[in-house]
Amino acid sequence: MSEFDNPDSGLERFRSRIAVSLAAVLIAFLALAGRFIWLQIVQHDYYTTRAEDNRISLVPIVPNRGVIVDANGLVLARNYSAFTLEVTPSRVDDLEATINGLAEIIDVQVKDRKRFKRLLEDAKNFESIPIRNRLTDEEVARFAAHRYRFPGVEVKARLFRQYPQGALASHALGYIGRVADKDVEWIDEKEQAANYKGTEHIGKTGIEQRYEFELHGKTGYEEVEIDAGGRAIRSLRRIPPISGNNLALTLDAKLQGMAEKAFGERRGALVAIDPSTGGILALVSTPTYDPNLFVDGITPDNWKELNESIDKPMVNRVINGAYPPGSTFKPFMALAALAAGKRTPAQAISDPGFFNFGGHLFRDDKKGGHGMVDMYRSIVQSCDTYYYQLANDMGIDAIARFMGSVGLGQRTGVDLGKDEKGESEGVLPSPEWKKRRFKKPEQQKWYAGETISIGIGQGYNAYTPIQLAQAVATLANNGVMYRPHLVHHIVDSKTGEQRLIEPQPIRTLNWKPEHVEVIKRAMLGVNKEGTGARAFAGAPYEAAGKTGTAQVFSLKGGKYESGRLNERLRDHALFIAFAPVDKPKIALAVLVENGGFGAQSAAPIARMVFDYYLLGKVPGGPAAEDPTAREEDEADEE
Amino acid sequence: MTDLAATLRYWLRQSVAHLDFPLLAIAAAILGVGLLTVNSATFDGNNRALSQLMNAGVAFAIMWFVARMPPQSLMRVAVPLYVLGVVLLVCVFLFGVKVNGAKRWLPLGFTRIQPSEIMKIAMPLMLAWYFQKFEALLNWRHYLVAALLLLVPFGLIAKQPDLGTAILVGAAGFYVIFFAGLPWKVMFGLAVAGASAAPLLWNMMHDYQRKRILTLLDPTTDPLGAGYHIIQATIAIGSGGAFGKGYLHGTQTHLEFIPEKHTDFIFAVFSEEWGLIGNLVLLVLYLLLIARGLMIAGAAPTLFTRLLAGAISLIFFTYAFVNMGMVSGILPVVGVPLPFVSYGGTALVTLFLGIGILMSIHTHRMLVKK
Repeated sequence: MSEFDNPDSGLERFRSRIAVSLAAVLIAFLALAGRFIWLQIVQHDYYTTRAEDNRISLVPIVPNRGVIVDANGLVLARNYSAFTLEVTPSRVDDLEATINGLAEIIDVQVKDRKRFKRLLEDAKNFESIPIRNRLTDEEVARFAAHRYRFPGVEVKARLFRQYPQGALASHALGYIGRVADKDVEWIDEKEQAANYKGTEHIGKTGIEQRYEFELHGKTGYEEVEIDAGGRAIRSLRRIPPISGNNLALTLDAKLQGMAEKAFGERRGALVAIDPSTGGILALVSTPTYDPNLFVDGITPDNWKELNESIDKPMVNRVINGAYPPGSTFKPFMALAALAAGKRTPAQAISDPGFFNFGGHLFRDDKKGGHGMVDMYRSIVQSCDTYYYQLANDMGIDAIARFMGSVGLGQRTGVDLGKDEKGESEGVLPSPEWKKRRFKKPEQQKWYAGETISIGIGQGYNAYTPIQLAQAVATLANNGVMYRPHLVHHIVDSKTGEQRLIEPQPIRTLNWKPEHVEVIKRAMLGVNKEGTGARAFAGAPYEAAGKTGTAQVFSLKGGKYESGRLNERLRDHALFIAFAPVDKPKIALAVLVENGGFGAQSAAPIARMVFDYYLLGKVPGGPAAEDPTAREEDEADEE
Repeated sequence: MTDLAATLRYWLRQSVAHLDFPLLAIAAAILGVGLLTVNSATFDGNNRALSQLMNAGVAFAIMWFVARMPPQSLMRVAVPLYVLGVVLLVCVFLFGVKVNGAKRWLPLGFTRIQPSEIMKIAMPLMLAWYFQKFEALLNWRHYLVAALLLLVPFGLIAKQPDLGTAILVGAAGFYVIFFAGLPWKVMFGLAVAGASAAPLLWNMMHDYQRKRILTLLDPTTDPLGAGYHIIQATIAIGSGGAFGKGYLHGTQTHLEFIPEKHTDFIFAVFSEEWGLIGNLVLLVLYLLLIARGLMIAGAAPTLFTRLLAGAISLIFFTYAFVNMGMVSGILPVVGVPLPFVSYGGTALVTLFLGIGILMSIHTHRMLVKK
């Protein structure tokens, strides 16, 4: 080891080199410090000017959002250009004083100030924020004359979304609103971040959300030189934006408007489908709301009113309301029985007015019973006893399998909202479902008695109106099931090319035509001589239907007297129908919340929709309730 | 009860026993500056400050672990690590994936690695090991072999091309040779030779490298292209003035004029917001860090530890000087991060690994002597 031979020479040389390097480091750092002094002290003014005078900035140009039109070309959502007065907070010393000054020459109301404050809170540095929207020409001119007094304030042209039909079809269209944090995540997920630079609005629900990336378009850019005040001096280069694609719906706005009016003040839902394509002709959820309220960020007062209303106008009942189908379930039960060979059409039972299940009496709504009941009469007269027995004979597994095959208890995949998950699944009762739904073992067990009331569409059964509409459309279409959808075709904004949204067959059910015919004839009988006869009296076309009542409140042994019950506890009225029977053009499901019997309030709405769609008849006002309709079913269990 | 307290105290003492507090305090201070600046640089978009803090946590853990390892263990890994590094670099040369026109990454299926990063530590370890091994009988041949050991990885990395990393790896190796006592005459001769070979080097360079040197000489020739980085960065620094524009108030930064503002060009962000005062404070912090490292080198007991500590200290200097030099426009733009400040987990781990080695050398000096 050299340190032993010559203990110090190596170490000393090393230490001297350490000293040399430290000196070198010092010199290098002094050179850097010199450079910093040169840049930051000597040339500071020059660079300050450079920083403030000569900024080249990329200004995104937001594309025009696509327009949405109905099946006949009527505009449901469009854009209009308007002037806004905008303040860039980072360039204003005293915001309060500036806004007060502006208020002297331009009308600035309290709500404008409130909105400005709200936007200010989540605005980024250097972003300009609108203080007033939709300036009149006069206001623009007045501001121009006073502009010198307001550095950091400018008039800008912006595009606004507008729903010219107001609340019409709002639950189908949805609305756009300001981009929120969770929207940013969505945009990132879709790798659209670059394309959304400068975009302030995004679809929040409905079609506006589902087709967001079709409607948005491609953002353009302008390279501009900006002066110290942040104003553009000149444009260096411009890459124009490409407008979003337009959507043409299957929805018929006139039919939609008529259907919405038919509900009057009543809460409920209606879905009308073209059975041969799955195209949705009308989609009603009442009460509605005006989507225009959301475009600029809804005011807290409006939001509170909509969100806290007991009528829940923000809930899309069509896809998010799950209701027991009541007797509208019976035609499907009958078809299941035919398909499974558990009943023949002619096989009749004698109905004593109840079904005895091991000592439990399941009652028919008609005291004393319906007498001899075959399949036709069971549907036309809506006989409960027939279906109590049938359910017991078939068993829950066979029922669940069949109802699952017509789409009940499953998301339909309708093109609304961000993705499928926005749609409710409803409840298709089965032993498996019970196992998933409940935690305690004693609750997980399926009792044979529970199957009985499933047979008449009560019990755990709960389906969304769109599922019912899809099921009845499938029946009308002889077992060929289509995915319900709202967009008929997309028009490419650049080429004008039309991209058809092809009807998507989900599955074809292997039903025997003669079985389907039995059910269809019976449903026609409902409107000719049964529970729907009054609503469809004198109709020049043949309509098949089935009324239903969904229990809201269970009356143990009491007599149902709707007038004396709290309005909110009245039963929900349902009606499913399609017409014309031989060549169905329209199939629908109607639900009226707390509407009492299906024949009473839901069937008349269906009649109006059919009259309009098949005959072009325009009614005067809301559908009249039929106060005398009484023959509905009522599940009673003792 | 007292047993527990005593155990805890023992554990606590044990866990910090090998840490060097001056070194830790200085590195933590610079890291603090870095976190603040990363926060500002990424304030308007995807904020990376928290992510960098997590990187720092990992880096700290590695530092803590390495500081406890005796230098003998470091010696044992020197050769395998170096060989692994060279093999991987050859693999990159043969099978690497190209990103942005440079082949730097080696795909491993589930992830990809940048083997040149390993060489930043492996190079000084290897050369220090080599000189220690032949300490008693050093002659000019050993310097030649050392130069070869240095040039092979250097060439492979420069060829990728990754000039920034090549410079750091080359410098690390050179510092070891320098501290091992390479005669001044030889160094002087090499400098002359290098200067005369410059034209040859120029011909070997990639277009983008030539462009960077040209634009350094006159950035205005290409204001929207290669000169853009330098122009915008110098505007940021210059407009910062003596006291800066204030934290989070740098216009160049927040108007998105500074490219790569949270990585290689973060110094422009810092400089714009903290001004000359901030720059001088940062320079003093780096100076203290380097000085402490060189002190540790001076007190190190063996040739291996001495050379390693000296080289690591000067590597910190090289990082800082090259980065600040390029951002302020006196050195060409090469991809070298500002140590402990730039965002990036790999660089932070490498840097704290270096700190850990310095601590290990310092804390184990007595044990070796005994």
